[in-house]
Amino acid sequence: MSILVSNLSKYYGSSKAVDDISFEVHSGEILGFLGPNGAGKTTSMRMITCYLTPSSGSVKVEGRDIQTDSLEVRKLVGYLPEQNPLYLDMNVVEYLEYSAVLQGVTKSMMSRRVKDMVDVCGLGEMKHKGIGQLSKGYRQRVGLAAAMIHDPRVLILDEPTSGLDPNQIVEIRSLIKNLGKQKTVVLSTHILPEVQATCNRVVIINRGKIVADGPIQDLQRSLHGGERIVMEVDVPDGESFDMISVQVKNIPAIEQVSLIAEQNGTKRFSVESLGSTDIRKDLYQLCIQKGWGLLELHREQTSLEDIFRQLTSDSVK
Amino acid sequence: MNWTTVKNIFLKELRSFFNSPVAYVVIIVYLIFLGYLFTNDLFLSGQSSLRPVFDVSEILLLFFAPAITMRLISEEKKSGTLELLVTKPVREIEIIVGKFLAAWMLFFFTLLPTLCYLFTVVAIGTVDIGVVIGGYLGLLLIGAVFLAVSLFCSSLTENQIIAVIVSFAIVGLLWILNKILIFFPGPVATVLEYISVDYHFSNIARGVIDSRDVIYYACAIGFSLYMGSLVLGKRRWS
Repeated sequence: MSILVSNLSKYYGSSKAVDDISFEVHSGEILGFLGPNGAGKTTSMRMITCYLTPSSGSVKVEGRDIQTDSLEVRKLVGYLPEQNPLYLDMNVVEYLEYSAVLQGVTKSMMSRRVKDMVDVCGLGEMKHKGIGQLSKGYRQRVGLAAAMIHDPRVLILDEPTSGLDPNQIVEIRSLIKNLGKQKTVVLSTHILPEVQATCNRVVIINRGKIVADGPIQDLQRSLHGGERIVMEVDVPDGESFDMISVQVKNIPAIEQVSLIAEQNGTKRFSVESLGSTDIRKDLYQLCIQKGWGLLELHREQTSLEDIFRQLTSDSVK
Repeated sequence: MNWTTVKNIFLKELRSFFNSPVAYVVIIVYLIFLGYLFTNDLFLSGQSSLRPVFDVSEILLLFFAPAITMRLISEEKKSGTLELLVTKPVREIEIIVGKFLAAWMLFFFTLLPTLCYLFTVVAIGTVDIGVVIGGYLGLLLIGAVFLAVSLFCSSLTENQIIAVIVSFAIVGLLWILNKILIFFPGPVATVLEYISVDYHFSNIARGVIDSRDVIYYACAIGFSLYMGSLVLGKRRWS
């Protein structure tokens, strides 16, 4: 177990920023920490990285408690805070060296670590430039390089791709994915495709509470019990959608049929079913029976967006 | 306290003083004022003494200390780099002490060129060397107190302007206490006199190094730095 969070809470005055959350992260896992803005992601990460002290509950990183063994925890963790703060008056190498010495990287290892990080994060051309002159994408890489400079076992990244352009986002994601092979990575985001693209597991947090925790596929299955099938049929004798709907609903386990689009004789609609029985065969049989031309039939998975919205819809107030 | 960490923070801050215009502007302004007042006084009084250098320096320090320490912590708070710093294996007191030593070192570099005044007065007359050593020692100590207090003020806020005003108010108060003693009744005046930095400075500047004065300075510096580290640690509990 790399990170063990148990019953963690944080109050700001009387408001609860984080409310009794518990989860664990295994070594070599990339955990997506997902939630709307203000849900408590940053506060939770700040507690794991020893920036804030929990109001109650505990966090253990690699078996060490963040309160009683704070300095050791900070050595094990590489942290990229939200907004990626940097010393703009330093140049890239100076900054990486400063981060390294504060993390206790020895003199003999120094130049190798800095060189490695410059290579891994693609900073070769920029290494002698002032950080203040770099574009946002490069600054983000500098922040990542500094977080990893001491080869930490655990990486905590707070919105690592915010403010980057699509190309840079793809690069940073693949970088994180590579890192996740050897390290434990926790990354927070409110961008959903990011989680799908990089993480093995998601924890969704809303109003300080965990509302979902598990691999993305499991979440998709558990939250939407049945299936959603989209089909498009060519109805020759001008039957109305209502009539089609009634006939489709004769198939057992079908819950809802709704029209998506209609053009001349073709109708496109979605069919939602309960349970896990595969109804595609039944639908196909129905088409043959009625003489409808089946133009399209496919199963749609509940997207992470749907899950996210389902779970956190009460937050926008 | 881990002195390697203190050293690393000290070096980084010192480098950033000299990488930015801050150090040069401060040193030059300081020396221009001091040079003008020193030469003026030298010819007027006709004494081969560094006394005016020390007296004027003390007043310049009131502005110098808040000016060079104002950004040391405020800026890190504002830009968020403090979060980076304190989530590394670094204690708050190490951050404060490292930054304090860097500012003190800058002050030391500022005083270095004033040695040419010493050579001038040595060349034109006899100088009481005890008074000179006492004066420099006193200046370094009083500088340390002002810098430590100003650094504490910088830790209070992320706004540099507020930091500079608050620290100017506090060091100004510490300095002026000795001059307004007549307004206070006897016992209170004795206490205030002991708190005033100026009182201890005038002892040392006469060439008398009394342990009471040294203890006063050590306590004032230690207390300010400790308070600064408490303020940095406070974020965890808020």
